[in-house]
Amino acid sequence: MWFQQDHGIIDFAAITLYKSEHMHFYLDFYFDKVTAVYAFVGVLLTFLVTTYSRTYMHRESGYKRFFNTILLFYFGYTLTIFSGNLETLFVGWEILGITSFLLIAFYRERYLPVKNAYKVYSIYRIGDVGLILAMWASHHLWHDNITFQRLLNYDLVHHHLESHSWFGFFIGISILTAACAKSAQFPFSSWLPRAMEGPTPSSAIFYGSLSVHLGAFLLMRTMPFWEQQISVRILIFSVGLFTALLGASIGRVQSSIKSQIAYASVAQIGLIFIELSFGLIDLALVHFAGNAFLRTYQLLVSPSAVSYLIREQFYHFEPLKHSVEHKYSKKWEYSLYMLSLKEYNMDALLDRFLWTPFKNLGKYLRFINIRNVYYITIPTYLLGLILLLYLDNTHITLRYMLPILFAGIGLLFVFRAYAGRINVFVVWTLMVMSHFWIVLSIAFNDGLQLNEVVMYLAGVNISGIVGFFVLKYMKKVEPTIDLNRFQGHVFEYPKMAALFLFACLGLSGFPITTTFIGEDILFSHIGYEDVILATFLALSFVISGIGLIRMFSRIFLGPHIKRYHAIAQRSS
Amino acid sequence: MENYKNVFSIRNVLHHLKHYLPSQAPLKDFIHHNTLHAFQDYNFFDALTRSSAIFGYKTRLSLAEFRQIYADGNISLATIDAILKQFKGDDQVDVWRKKMLTDQYKESFAGRRSHLRNNWKDLYLIDLDLAIQPFLFRFICSYLDQGIAIWPFPIHDQGFLETVRSMEKHSKVSIFSSARTKELLFDPHKTLDDLLYILVGDSKLYEHYLFDQQFSHPGWSGMIAVLEDQPESLLDRRNITLEEFIFFECLLEIDALDSKYGEVWMPLSMRLKAKVKPLFSNVEYSEYHEVLMLWQEAYEWHYYEQVLASIGFSNQNKIEHSPKKKKFQALFCIDDRECSIRRYVEKVEPECATYGTPGFFGVEFYYKPMYGKFSMKVCPAPVTPKYLIKELNTSIKKSKDFHFSGKTHGLLMGWLITHTIGFWSAIRLFINIFTPRLSPATTLSFRHMDEFSNLTIEYTGETEDGLQVGFNIEEMVDRVEGVLKSIGLIDDFADLIYPVGHGASSVNNTHYAGYDCGACSGRPGSVNARVFSYMANHPKVRALLKERGINIPDRTRFVGALHDTTRDEIAFYDEKEIPESIMPQHQVNKNTFNKALELNAFERSRRFMTTSSKGSHKTVHAKVKLRSVSLFEPRPELNHATNCLCIIGRRHLTGNVFLDRRAFLNSYDYTIDPDGKYLFNILKAAAPVCGGINLEYYFSRVDNLKLGAGTKLPHNVMGLIGVANGIDGDLRPGLPNQMVEVHDPLRLLIVVEHIPSVVADTIAKTDDLYQWFDKNWINLVVINPEDGQFYRFEDGGFKYYDNNTPVSIEKGIDSVIASTSENIPAYYLS
Ligand SMILES: [Zn+2]
Repeated sequence: MWFQQDHGIIDFAAITLYKSEHMHFYLDFYFDKVTAVYAFVGVLLTFLVTTYSRTYMHRESGYKRFFNTILLFYFGYTLTIFSGNLETLFVGWEILGITSFLLIAFYRERYLPVKNAYKVYSIYRIGDVGLILAMWASHHLWHDNITFQRLLNYDLVHHHLESHSWFGFFIGISILTAACAKSAQFPFSSWLPRAMEGPTPSSAIFYGSLSVHLGAFLLMRTMPFWEQQISVRILIFSVGLFTALLGASIGRVQSSIKSQIAYASVAQIGLIFIELSFGLIDLALVHFAGNAFLRTYQLLVSPSAVSYLIREQFYHFEPLKHSVEHKYSKKWEYSLYMLSLKEYNMDALLDRFLWTPFKNLGKYLRFINIRNVYYITIPTYLLGLILLLYLDNTHITLRYMLPILFAGIGLLFVFRAYAGRINVFVVWTLMVMSHFWIVLSIAFNDGLQLNEVVMYLAGVNISGIVGFFVLKYMKKVEPTIDLNRFQGHVFEYPKMAALFLFACLGLSGFPITTTFIGEDILFSHIGYEDVILATFLALSFVISGIGLIRMFSRIFLGPHIKRYHAIAQRSS
Repeated sequence: MENYKNVFSIRNVLHHLKHYLPSQAPLKDFIHHNTLHAFQDYNFFDALTRSSAIFGYKTRLSLAEFRQIYADGNISLATIDAILKQFKGDDQVDVWRKKMLTDQYKESFAGRRSHLRNNWKDLYLIDLDLAIQPFLFRFICSYLDQGIAIWPFPIHDQGFLETVRSMEKHSKVSIFSSARTKELLFDPHKTLDDLLYILVGDSKLYEHYLFDQQFSHPGWSGMIAVLEDQPESLLDRRNITLEEFIFFECLLEIDALDSKYGEVWMPLSMRLKAKVKPLFSNVEYSEYHEVLMLWQEAYEWHYYEQVLASIGFSNQNKIEHSPKKKKFQALFCIDDRECSIRRYVEKVEPECATYGTPGFFGVEFYYKPMYGKFSMKVCPAPVTPKYLIKELNTSIKKSKDFHFSGKTHGLLMGWLITHTIGFWSAIRLFINIFTPRLSPATTLSFRHMDEFSNLTIEYTGETEDGLQVGFNIEEMVDRVEGVLKSIGLIDDFADLIYPVGHGASSVNNTHYAGYDCGACSGRPGSVNARVFSYMANHPKVRALLKERGINIPDRTRFVGALHDTTRDEIAFYDEKEIPESIMPQHQVNKNTFNKALELNAFERSRRFMTTSSKGSHKTVHAKVKLRSVSLFEPRPELNHATNCLCIIGRRHLTGNVFLDRRAFLNSYDYTIDPDGKYLFNILKAAAPVCGGINLEYYFSRVDNLKLGAGTKLPHNVMGLIGVANGIDGDLRPGLPNQMVEVHDPLRLLIVVEHIPSVVADTIAKTDDLYQWFDKNWINLVVINPEDGQFYRFEDGGFKYYDNNTPVSIEKGIDSVIASTSENIPAYYLS
């Protein structure tokens, strides 16, 4: 095959979005055999599946929405695989995340699609923490938005990693987290089958083939970061092995056709991770293509399984058929079966160690409410500003601690908003304010310039104002809106829903406003010893992103609370 | 039923529950039935109001939808006024017309169900549905799975609860987290009452609670209720009762509450603040419901009247231009899809006659294909046959498709396969998109039986599985006589008579069984057509028939056939046994059929948005065939959509009437059945079968989300027994949107040609039959052959029906067909 031979690598920096002395933010593109394979499979499958869907989706309400989202998805996919630096990749990555959300929640008037879309989006955002931190760390490692091409320079990479070995490890872990979330590896695997809520072709192309293999792509693309670090390679190997075994065993007990295919795919991607941990890129690429084709086709023909398998059963039935596991003792057989059926409690694990702590933290913050939020915020913020202006460089500890404190307050605001059971306006205000706290905390860094702050806050302000007015309007026409249940107002207010979605995306730093660039700039101002600060910031971006999408979902998606038309069962 | 009993009896409640739950069998046995069968004791409109108020169903078109139909001209003002005169009296017409056309009413489909159980969320802040349903569904689906899982449920020879106990006993991983739940499971003295006592407390609320609980996932509950009563509908049988399932669900609920609150929470009834309205208490029938009733009547009679006008005209202008001795006669199924093919066969060969009769041709039996491990019923669902017909000497090998093989899901095999055959998938996909073709995944009607195989039709003393293999001569005579007499074919036999069964072909269609012949329990009718022909050709049978007054000439030959309604193709069986002398005629007739099929395909294409009707009939037919093998075509054919008529009478009533494939046509000659003996048999089958189809379409259309299966595009196959949305959803009984979207929700109108008093006596023979008409679930009109007038069944008797709609006469229908994809009014074709 052609890509196994020698081939050219093309890199060009296309668009500079921002430039200052210490920071150059630009979109960069890159082409090598990995890009080639992903592009080929992507073009072929997108073409086939859209052709397929033209007839399949005929007369379905939301036909246009479907193709627009697919198109946007394809754009994000292309941007990701052609990206030449992490920043560009991140833009594509974010687009993939939101289009995934939109396609899973394609049947937005039902409960389960919306609930599952939100679940998948949350896990994607967790992956994003990894990517944001990796960007931040690599920025400090190379003092530049390094391109993937320069990473190929072995000596350069080797030299840098030598001097900052734990930093290299940190980057490796961050990237691995992002890859695991995107490729449904342990412990995130359970989102993949639950993403199969949209029309079958969209499930096929997203979760059967393209989207789910992007985690593996990220590993291939960033291989120079981690290939010299044995510890990271062992981790990748272990995650892959663990997922392959778990996925295969969960897959064996699945009694629904789509979840069976999903887990089979997860297991194969686990093997791809293993192949990558040995550096076998070519093998992994072939594996990716084969897996993508196979699962896409299997998903597309999945409704045929009924007649085909019943015919099989009709002609080849043997009563009391047992699988190989029947050879084990009852204890082992039943235990393994139950474990597989319960998906190794992966969801409970995530709940216990991730979501529940978040929620609990929010609960402690219940004292923040509509009455006191301004009393708390304004004086503290003013105090912060005063300190910023009058505290000179001699107060080293304070100048180190204060940013963390302010970022922490921002983060607490986000957690409070995330915990819910509170007025919509307070939530929105908290989300907007958290950005101001972030700016304040970064402002203690000398290098921050006013135009950078403006750039960052411009997007926040515009989104904040737009969102506020949408909420104001909704509250006027639908006085009962809250965040405790899905209300499905998109049924009557589709335009408001679209507007509010844009506001939420803008506020969460999605690449539609300048906030997105500002976000990256802010990170570049965090010194590489400030891991806590970076983590705080990354967390508040991620949690606020999740919270905002939840807010959008709760108000606009799900079963309509007005019952003057037919409404689906909640369990459907 | 109305009031709560003070003493809670599990048996009564379960019985009550089962009555209300959806009663749809697993996919392979898909049979149409009235979705609201539980409300059939009520008058149709009362049932709509009641079920809506209790369960929150939307049981009618909305006011806005009706008004839109009126604006589109599909309900005329004249019909509205006529309906108002009839129901409200002359002086009230203006008042009610205004109410119908302009007044605003508040519409709401909130329903009472779930009001009690919702209190968990409101008072205990726990979402029990979310907490237990995904696991409950996965567990039950794995237990019932028919062959998707590679690792099947480890135990399947015990009852459901016994299985759960065995699993709990041996497994180190428990289903439950609280110790109390486990004790409850293993304590042999604990019954459902005990669990309900813990959960609910007050026994007066148990029934309401169980309704709330089970109707939060009617799909699975209904499936289990069906499997309890008909375990044979799973090939790989599973032992389960609804009671066990509910017991398990209550355990999960207790477990979820325990893990949130420890074991010290109070039962639901103790914390209730307000009284919950009893589920089955009275339902208000308001003016709004009255307005909708009037709209529905107007909607129906607007079309019915056109049909009656054409039939009446046709009856008065009997034209008998073809000779008594026909070129051939063909027996088709009463299925509405066969309505147009009969018209075309008669058009291509005016000197032929066609008949309609239920497509199992009066022969009821189980069919066992060669190498099959099971047998399948091929007669109407309520019939339990005593006979078995086996297929012998087939040479067809079933081809395989690795995409459905469990091996692709294994770790190492999957690794090998993705690296190799995985790439073949891309090519397959490419081929399937650009040149769709038959594949092992396609369900093809002609595969039901190998056309060159032999069948064991004649009884030779053999029995198998408690069934008699084949029929003896006497039994054959009864069946042939029954069919011929019921359709009025007792003399003037042509040389060739074709009993034509029907079946359908599709791919990627989980509801494939619903596309085949309903009179054959959702299978193609090929075996029946062949068996019936064999019987009617049998010399001994003919000799005995002669004694019963049916003299079939020796020259006459019955040739069984199968019409594929999706592809519009036909296959003839046992052609080599046709005598040389009439073979040339058969060849001519085959051409006639093929020509008619092309025309039929062309007419059908007008409804297919993605198939253009441009081009020659041959090209369009080719495109129609392509639909049946296209993976991406969710509507291979439109099945029974738009059905609303059933006409029982001689062909001259309908032969020249364009009914737009909306009618079940049952041939019947009242002159040879003066006291309605055969009519009773026809109605006894037609009312539940056609009525069932019609009402299932009605309800799936008006509330596709709760009573239908929703759009089929995201459907996921669960355990080969049902479909769900995504992987955590409840089963979706009912019809998918793609099957019903073009359906107009009209009730069935049965038109019978006979003397009204005879029909009145006939329908009164059984209560079941009578209820269909008396409670208005089906409309009934008689055309009296003595005076040529219509009589409508109302309030227990037949009343003269004055039809004001004039007949529309069209020269040819071809231009009309080509011009629209919408419904076409009934025309008399001159
Ligand atoms: Zn039929």
